[in-house]
Amino acid sequence: MSNQALDATKADTGPIPRMMRIREPQRMRNVELGLILVAFGISALALVLVQLATMGAVHAGIFAMCAIIAALTLLVHVCLRFVAPRADALIVPIAVMLNGLGIAEIYRIDLALENVGWDSLAIRQIAWTALALAATVGVVLVVRSPRSLQRYTYTAGLIAVILLLLPMVPGLGVEVNGARVWIQLGALTFQPGEIAKIALAVFFAGYLVQHRDSLSMVGRRFAGLRFPRGRDLGPILAVWVLSMLVIVFQRDLGTGLLYFGLFLVMLYVATGRLSWVLMGLGLFVAGALAANQFLSYVRDRFANWYDAFNPGIFNADGGSYQLVQGLFGMGHGGLFGTGLGQGMPYITPVSQSDYIIASLAEELGLVGLFAILCLIVLLVSRGARIGFAATDDFSKLLSIGLAFVIAWQTFLVIGGVTRIIPLTGLTTPFMAAGGSSLVANWMIVAILLRLSDAQSRVPRLVVES
Amino acid sequence: MNRELKRVSVVMLIMFLGLLGAATVIQVAQADSLASDGRNTRTLYDSFRAQRGPIMAGDTVLAQSIPVDDDFRFLRQYANPLVYAPITGFFTLNQGLSGIESSENSYLTGNNSSQFLEQMNSILTGRPTQGASVNLTIRPDVQQVAWDALGDYQGAVVVTEVGTGKILAMVSKPSFDPNLLAGHNSEAVIDYYDALDNDPSEPLINRPIGALNPPGSTFKLVTAAALLESGRYTPESTVPNLARLLLPGTDVEIRNSDSKTCGPGEQVSLFTAVSLSCNVPLAQFGMALGYKPIVDMAKKFGFNQSFDVPMTTARSYIPQVMDEPQTALASFGQFDVRATPLQVALISAAIANGGIEMYPTLIESITASDLRPISAFTPREYSRPISAETAAQITAMMQSSVSNGAATNASIDNVSVAGKTGTAENGPGEPYTLWFTGFAPTTGEPKYAITVVVENGGGLGTNGYGNLIAAPIARAVLEAVLQK
Repeated sequence: MSNQALDATKADTGPIPRMMRIREPQRMRNVELGLILVAFGISALALVLVQLATMGAVHAGIFAMCAIIAALTLLVHVCLRFVAPRADALIVPIAVMLNGLGIAEIYRIDLALENVGWDSLAIRQIAWTALALAATVGVVLVVRSPRSLQRYTYTAGLIAVILLLLPMVPGLGVEVNGARVWIQLGALTFQPGEIAKIALAVFFAGYLVQHRDSLSMVGRRFAGLRFPRGRDLGPILAVWVLSMLVIVFQRDLGTGLLYFGLFLVMLYVATGRLSWVLMGLGLFVAGALAANQFLSYVRDRFANWYDAFNPGIFNADGGSYQLVQGLFGMGHGGLFGTGLGQGMPYITPVSQSDYIIASLAEELGLVGLFAILCLIVLLVSRGARIGFAATDDFSKLLSIGLAFVIAWQTFLVIGGVTRIIPLTGLTTPFMAAGGSSLVANWMIVAILLRLSDAQSRVPRLVVES
Repeated sequence: MNRELKRVSVVMLIMFLGLLGAATVIQVAQADSLASDGRNTRTLYDSFRAQRGPIMAGDTVLAQSIPVDDDFRFLRQYANPLVYAPITGFFTLNQGLSGIESSENSYLTGNNSSQFLEQMNSILTGRPTQGASVNLTIRPDVQQVAWDALGDYQGAVVVTEVGTGKILAMVSKPSFDPNLLAGHNSEAVIDYYDALDNDPSEPLINRPIGALNPPGSTFKLVTAAALLESGRYTPESTVPNLARLLLPGTDVEIRNSDSKTCGPGEQVSLFTAVSLSCNVPLAQFGMALGYKPIVDMAKKFGFNQSFDVPMTTARSYIPQVMDEPQTALASFGQFDVRATPLQVALISAAIANGGIEMYPTLIESITASDLRPISAFTPREYSRPISAETAAQITAMMQSSVSNGAATNASIDNVSVAGKTGTAENGPGEPYTLWFTGFAPTTGEPKYAITVVVENGGGLGTNGYGNLIAAPIARAVLEAVLQK
């Protein structure tokens, strides 16, 4: 870790008193509280705008429910003050902001679709947010030392596999829109694959830290790159097969891509070998070609993507209707948007979940979409920063893995909506209606908070960034 | 490991830049083309959200949008709907637009580029754009009288102010109720539209500007104009006075309407032939003149062209080339000659206006929602088909026709009326198309031209004729116009 040695020497000559002040725990928590209150304010304003635009008056009901989750958010904050005072101050406010805007937009579409009671996705989202915040407190309290997670490497791997298999269990798994990724628990449906991505990140980090030497040092040189031995190919093939199984049997293109991309990036960071990435991309292309050949739903996704405006494809069952309606919506919003509650996002199918970002882009415009994406970039960059500052390889890998999984998931879903890549069914982190995604992303937040707190407790100065 | 972290960070940044770039392309560069895609229902719904401007005739509101409590926010309402349907047209959710609603749509919605200020204002204040109001040249009193006078007949009445080209009345029967097409219940709208579409009396055809009928004897005005303008004929020029005539090279025999000669005497003048509306002398004159000057004269009056009033009219038609018997038939408005009621009214108007044909229009002015004038009416000359002298000569023939010729039922006490009837054949055994066209007063300003057409023989099959059915309608309307 020559870099850290360098940092230490640099810090000796740097403006130490100022840096000390910034890293002062009390002050960081105050910054966090202030930003959380700002996020509350903006979210409440968004809800007011939605109500004024759609009903012409303010109704208290939704605010009472939001007050509960606001209280829970403050509980997270207070909890951090006691157990992790040095945790990053920006992560929670950003997550609150995204979550709040998501609820406002989901609520707005509920009003248009006249969803009330338990049919109201906004009410469910609020309930799930409460659960997610509770889970965040739980994780922050339980995972005292994130480095200790390395001990549970294989346990995490096992949990991931079990979670992925759950939807395939007869009587438990349910199929929604052709994808078999859900389980039914009473009145609630849950997507265990969302939680599995955390378990997988822990497993990958632990496994790669143990095996990084054999994966990176040994091998034959070919065309300027060092390629691994045949016997070391096991892990990448295993993850590739796992992803393909998800794509084939659960008919969920997005999740398969998510896992494979996550593994590839963590493998690259662990080994520093570009050859792994090239092999991974080769496997990906082979898998994509095979899927396009044998899986009709994957073939449809490709057709919808490159020829979306073709009337035949537009009108076809499982055609590009949704994709094109999303584009119409974004175009309708234009630069400044129609204003909250004044667009027609509800015309687009699944406008509250997979297409929440198109709904927001329509009502908040390109300007609003930029703001949202900047928030996500900031969140991801905090994760990456924690990775840079981490003192041990496991924490480094885990941080970058968790940060990347948020970025990658955002790219896969918004890239699909904006037609950069074929559409995959994934949720926009923190914003889309869907409890499992919300719980999983808040758990990621909890782990990142613990990671950032743990590294600041190490008696040394933090990298200036 | 930090080198790899840095690279991964760069890759993540590139991913987000890609998303921002794609969103920019969609929301800015492609926004207009996405909005104009026919499948974009948002564009459609948007058009209903703006408060559409009203259509007015003087102080009378013909169509306006009133706020309602549903998704479309506003409901289009038409006052006196049957009377004004051919003018206002209709505004539906998904069956399209017609009439002024269609031709002035960009002003009514406020999307016209001349309403840029309103558009900016609506962006800044967040209120939907308010459309401009379209004010028509229609005189509601005349329109109502014309509607009443046409009674239960199937046909049309057009009244214009000859000096300006303003259309003062435009009646079409049978009509329809645009309120029933503007409703927000799609099924009811489609049912009503289908019923109108399948109605054999074709209520959706806007007869004054859209129905093409053989003009019959009203076309004799064009033939007479061509004869006089040729310089070779005067109103006193004569042809042999025959009761019937076998067209050269055919077995087709033409007759005057009562199968008698055209008044007494061996010879008949052009003046008498037009005044008494005799077919045989006009056929002889026409054949002597040749088809070319007749076709050219018809085109100067507007045949073979359409007018934007601002709705686009059907093109009245005359063949470009005709042989001798065809020319004979065309000389009194038969063969393949077809004309809209508006076209026939324009012929009368040009004669009344000393040979100057004014471009017809329904638009008096367009006013923005803040009362700022967007455009105002200015008279526009369309053509000068005949000289003032020719116009005066034809006027005298038409006057004679009303005072003691074939159009006597159009005469009004103390007013000199010029007129010409027409009883056009549509084929063997088919009911006639009955016409009256003319103007009043013949001296003094302003002058008003009127054309009445009654289709389907006015219910009398081949027994009705222009003077019996069309002329009295014209008289009633002219009386109303002149009263004010």
